[in-house]
Amino acid sequence: MKNTLRQVFHSSKFLVGFIIFVAILLTMFIYPLINPGNPLEMIGVGTFARPGTYVSLYDAAKTPTETLRLADADDKRLAKQLSDEDRVAMVEWFSATGVDIEGLDISDTDALLELWRANYDPAVKPKGMTQAKRNYYKRLDAAIKEVGAADTLIIADTGEGGALEKQGAITKTDYVNVGQVANVKILPLGTDNFGRDVLKELVSAAGTSIVIGLLAGLVATLIGLSLGLLSGYVGGICDDIIMFITNIFTVIPGFVLLILISYSIGQEQRGAAVVALVIGLTSWTWTCRSVRSQVISLRNRDHVNLSKLSGHSLFRIILTDILPYIASYVVMAFILQVSSGILAEAQLSLLGLGPKTTEVPTLGLMMNWAMLYSAHTNGSWWAYFPVILTITLISFSLNLMNTGLDQVFNPTLRD
Amino acid sequence: MKGYRKYFGKKLAWFLITLVVAVILNFVLPRLMPADPVSAITGKMAQGMTDASAVQEIYKRYEAEFGTNKPMIEQFFIFVKNLFRGDLGTSFSQYPRKVSNIISSAIGWTIALQLPAIIVGWLLGNLLGALAAYIRKGFDKVLLPISLFLSNVPAFGMAVTLLVLFAVNWKIAPIGGGYAFDMIPNFSWRFVKSVISHYQLPFWSIVLVSIGGQAVGMRSMSIYELNADYVKYARFLGIKDRKIVGYVFRNAMLPQVTGLALSIGTMIGGALVAEIIFSYPGLGSTMYSAVTAADYPLISATTLIITIMVLIVTFVLDIVYGFIDPRVKAAQFDA
Repeated sequence: MKNTLRQVFHSSKFLVGFIIFVAILLTMFIYPLINPGNPLEMIGVGTFARPGTYVSLYDAAKTPTETLRLADADDKRLAKQLSDEDRVAMVEWFSATGVDIEGLDISDTDALLELWRANYDPAVKPKGMTQAKRNYYKRLDAAIKEVGAADTLIIADTGEGGALEKQGAITKTDYVNVGQVANVKILPLGTDNFGRDVLKELVSAAGTSIVIGLLAGLVATLIGLSLGLLSGYVGGICDDIIMFITNIFTVIPGFVLLILISYSIGQEQRGAAVVALVIGLTSWTWTCRSVRSQVISLRNRDHVNLSKLSGHSLFRIILTDILPYIASYVVMAFILQVSSGILAEAQLSLLGLGPKTTEVPTLGLMMNWAMLYSAHTNGSWWAYFPVILTITLISFSLNLMNTGLDQVFNPTLRD
Repeated sequence: MKGYRKYFGKKLAWFLITLVVAVILNFVLPRLMPADPVSAITGKMAQGMTDASAVQEIYKRYEAEFGTNKPMIEQFFIFVKNLFRGDLGTSFSQYPRKVSNIISSAIGWTIALQLPAIIVGWLLGNLLGALAAYIRKGFDKVLLPISLFLSNVPAFGMAVTLLVLFAVNWKIAPIGGGYAFDMIPNFSWRFVKSVISHYQLPFWSIVLVSIGGQAVGMRSMSIYELNADYVKYARFLGIKDRKIVGYVFRNAMLPQVTGLALSIGTMIGGALVAEIIFSYPGLGSTMYSAVTAADYPLISATTLIITIMVLIVTFVLDIVYGFIDPRVKAAQFDA
């Protein structure tokens, strides 16, 4: 046993898969300790807040300031304020007035502004340009000049009688230390369509999905194993019946059965555990077939016959003379079942047949929500890409472990 | 010919038995559900009506139309009889459109998408796998991890990634649908061009996902065969390398054909979900809209059609296998 384990951990494929999987598991246990709370809590009111650090503006305004004179502060401010439409409009103005814009890159704010300051003249009336458009350029020019000028932002609140009372002023050179602001929220993966912290949700969802996968794998392996043992060892009519059923259910796609059963169960009864159970119930045929063929090749070995002659019970023969020989195989089949169970849950959820949506997040549900709110077309990559990556990594690590085990136990496959 | 006939007969018998079981399951499973679909559709139709007897009347009308007022056994025979006439009932969500009508407008899209994609993915994957096994060093080292990783990307994940990269960011492919939304299907050159440009992303997302799995399988099968005794024996005999490689790959192909037959259901299932991402007008999207609208005649019809498609493909693969498997051939000469 110890030797086998050492051999298994010597396989680089198994090791890499194992490390990835353990890393995912550890994240699931450790992250909730760092960032506790309900993963389904809706903290954001809007949808799809970008990933990043969020600083409370209210608290920042009341935090003691330091004065920093940074040379490029104005330029950065301007670059941030000039929208893409403004930049395109500026280029339009250049071309309308015949300014040479050869080699101008509109994302290069400095060059763009330099050209603008040198060439813009509100008195010029380019041919075919409407009054409204010319006014737009005047406003744009004013805005650009304003950023350059020194001014202060007044903070006021409504005092008695509704009049604004000045509380303080912020100048452009005022800075606060983020560490001193009372409320700073880091959202490494932003928020989703419901305004929930995606990273927190993802960690919890990965946990639920793995549990669903494990449960489905366990159910499938248990059914497959016991039917396979029965059919392979007992044989006869028992074998015929079991193989008849198995053959039918290998061809009828499990995916279709899964859809039919999940739909029949109904939204209300469909908790995560029920979904796992259904996935397990529709995916045992593989295990059953392979266990059966392994058992048939074992059935007439000498040690099994010896055991039979010694009058050992059927149960004991299976437990001590057959199971140990197919254990490695069953473990590999189990790993594959877990991985396909996770995928099956994700696909079911994408179809809208996943677990009930109010209790726990799963990877499939997160994907479903992101798609329903078209995160993929509005550029909110953080809502779906980490989910795809997590599913891929989990199933990648499980498959790597399986390949590694395969090479250890089937020497002919070794490289 | 006797060996073949026996083989085909056996496969055909299995095909028919499985078909019958699939039809029974397809009939029974949705009817086990607790909610009454007829009351659901009545509720939708009778929205805002206050007259209880009128609602009762609507309920009875629908009950008669969908035949749910008859005993289960009788319903089953009506179901089978209608099935033979190609009548799959009336859709709830697109009432009074016939389900067979909806299905027949979707099935062509799905077959045209999935069949070529799975075949191309299978061929490319096997080619790459065989190359990896033959060349080994270097090539193998780079290709294997990539293939392993790719084969683990879910089909819908690949679909979303391609969609975002090519359609949303680089804008070189349309976002979704089977053809431009301002067109009516016809055989003009403009329409065909639109269909082809909409076809690319769904096609490649299925191909890319299936390449990985096939390549990994083919590689290990080929390595297994390359190490087999008959290869060593053939080398001793001085048979040319090229000829040995031919034998090896032919033998390695056999399990790959069986593998395809066994996994075709899973592959089609994954590809159907990928269809939803592209709003491709195939069976996957039909099923999705049926599920969201709780349209159970449509759900049971789509699942039945998918099952029948998978059964037919498996049957065809079994027949092909019979032609290329030397053991079936040997049985022919024995007789």
